[in-house]
Amino acid sequence: MSQSNVEISQEELQLNPHLKEKPDTLTRIFFRKFFKNKLAVIGSILLFIIIMAAVFAPLIAPYSYEQQNLIDKLKPPSSEYWLGTDRYGRDIFTRLLYGGRVSLLVGFGAVLGALIIGVSFGALAGYYGGIIDAILMRVVDIVISIPSFFLLITIVTIFKPSVGNLILIFALTSWTSTARLVRGEFLTLRSREFVLASKTIGTKSYKIIFSHILPNAMGPIIVSATLLIGGVILAEAALSYFGLGISPPTPTWGNMLQDAQNYTVMLTAPWYPFFPGLLILLTVLSFNFIGDGLRDALDPKSLD
Amino acid sequence: MNGTTSELLKHSKKNNDSEYILEVKDLKKYFPIKAGFLQRTVGSIKAVDGLTFKVKKGETIGLVGESGCGKSTAGRTLIRLYEPTSGDIIFKGKNISKMNDGELRRTVRKDIQMVFQDPYASLNPRKTLKSILSEPMITHNLYSHKERKEKIQDLLDKVGFNPLFINRYPHEFSGGQRQRIGIARALALNPDMIIADEPVSALDVSIQAQIINLMEDLQDELDLTYVFISHDLSVVRHISDRVGVMYLGKIMEFAGKKDLYEEPLHPYTQALMSAVPVPKKKGVQVRERIILKGDLPSPANPPQGCVFHTRCPVATQMCSEQVPDFKEIRKEHFVACHLY
Repeated sequence: MSQSNVEISQEELQLNPHLKEKPDTLTRIFFRKFFKNKLAVIGSILLFIIIMAAVFAPLIAPYSYEQQNLIDKLKPPSSEYWLGTDRYGRDIFTRLLYGGRVSLLVGFGAVLGALIIGVSFGALAGYYGGIIDAILMRVVDIVISIPSFFLLITIVTIFKPSVGNLILIFALTSWTSTARLVRGEFLTLRSREFVLASKTIGTKSYKIIFSHILPNAMGPIIVSATLLIGGVILAEAALSYFGLGISPPTPTWGNMLQDAQNYTVMLTAPWYPFFPGLLILLTVLSFNFIGDGLRDALDPKSLD
Repeated sequence: MNGTTSELLKHSKKNNDSEYILEVKDLKKYFPIKAGFLQRTVGSIKAVDGLTFKVKKGETIGLVGESGCGKSTAGRTLIRLYEPTSGDIIFKGKNISKMNDGELRRTVRKDIQMVFQDPYASLNPRKTLKSILSEPMITHNLYSHKERKEKIQDLLDKVGFNPLFINRYPHEFSGGQRQRIGIARALALNPDMIIADEPVSALDVSIQAQIINLMEDLQDELDLTYVFISHDLSVVRHISDRVGVMYLGKIMEFAGKKDLYEEPLHPYTQALMSAVPVPKKKGVQVRERIILKGDLPSPANPPQGCVFHTRCPVATQMCSEQVPDFKEIRKEHFVACHLY
């Protein structure tokens, strides 16, 4: 054990050349651990490609997503239509690119909203405990006990389903798990000695919450967020599949699947349902792989 | 160890300077036991049940006792991490026992600091050494940016740390090093008093000595007052001026170190002292080991009368009926026992 309490001498430097090196920051350790997980890296690459494709859809897409060529309907993949065409002769590749925009936007937007609500609820409940905790957690229990999919269907049928509405609805129904998770983290962290030390220093509560406890609870929060995004994308696809999501002609992966759920279409043009389905699968899988990778990389207990 | 003369000097200085920096009067801390669907309070854990003692400026008070006797709770209540159930804590003439967070921050937070037991848990793993040490100064708006930097260097210097480590994270340090960071953080606000809650019990014996010596040096240099909480009788003997022996939330005996270790009056203290190994010397009588029977009773349901009577070798009928007063038997020697 080196209990060095003097300036580093030249001798020491020669003995141990690492002394002068920049210390390992937590970020660097995080990246090293993350890149060791092959699946997580593959997931990140895939997701990066999907996100980029969606963002730059207008530049990549060979056609307009509304452009119908009724002569070319249900064409198999070819050099003209890379992934074939749908019932109205629209290019599936183009529609997938644009559909990704809606799906990913709803996914990220809803999870961001859910995180804001969930983290606030969980942090307040966990940090203050007592009566505040009891009240906030009963609210969570009530929200959880509402069958969310039926609530979704009801709300969507009342309000016109738009991207903004979908984000709001998904955020309002999916924040509860985050709230519980954050509350648990705060409950354990608030009695840790470094938090007590900050209290004896006189640090204000909001600063303890934001600069001491929250960063230490970030690992589980990020992991659950990535998993939640996958869930929201699936839920959006499911809603669209029931014809309750974003209405055509705006494409989403879900309503493309719904459009293809025709027996004849399935038999005569199997590529039509295949590609949106594949993309949903790949995106959700990527998010789950990344979530797994993040959990391991952010856990200080698993060393390298 | 100091030489005899310097020890005498130290002692006389303390006697002249009889100003009390901290007075604790009948301090109690009960934790409610909640049960049932409505979380009603069905009882309470009497973790600290009536502490009374005074601390002089510049001295070290040791608090010893077995695990679960409430010494850590006492420390945390003194620094107001816990709300006292009743009693008064008078620090530098101000009663801090009923202050709210804001008042505490404005008045005494700066002057009392704490060193914690577990050096692995007491430092935020996501903060660099620099931000750990600057947090107290930023919280209290002390110093300019440049002065803070100098102050940090100065603190690191005081606890014998290489200033090159300033941008490193706690996980890169050993237990002893971390405990020194903890001490540096406690010193950042130039406190008058430090409550040290088992600061060395998580460390190797060789490192323990290092930390204890550091604490003693700092006390001389900065005129600090310590409340030193530990279960280690020899460590407490080494560092303390006066020692309080706790049992089940109460102080059984409180006296100067010499009196307490050489002439313990309370049967519990006698039992504790007999457990300390002594090197055999010619002409010194080997003490008889007093072995206490039974376990520490539950603080949720402490015994009637004297809390120690269930395990006391010399208990009488009276002990199970009446709570003994905490009285001054000799000068500066307080005992709570019916024998005296």
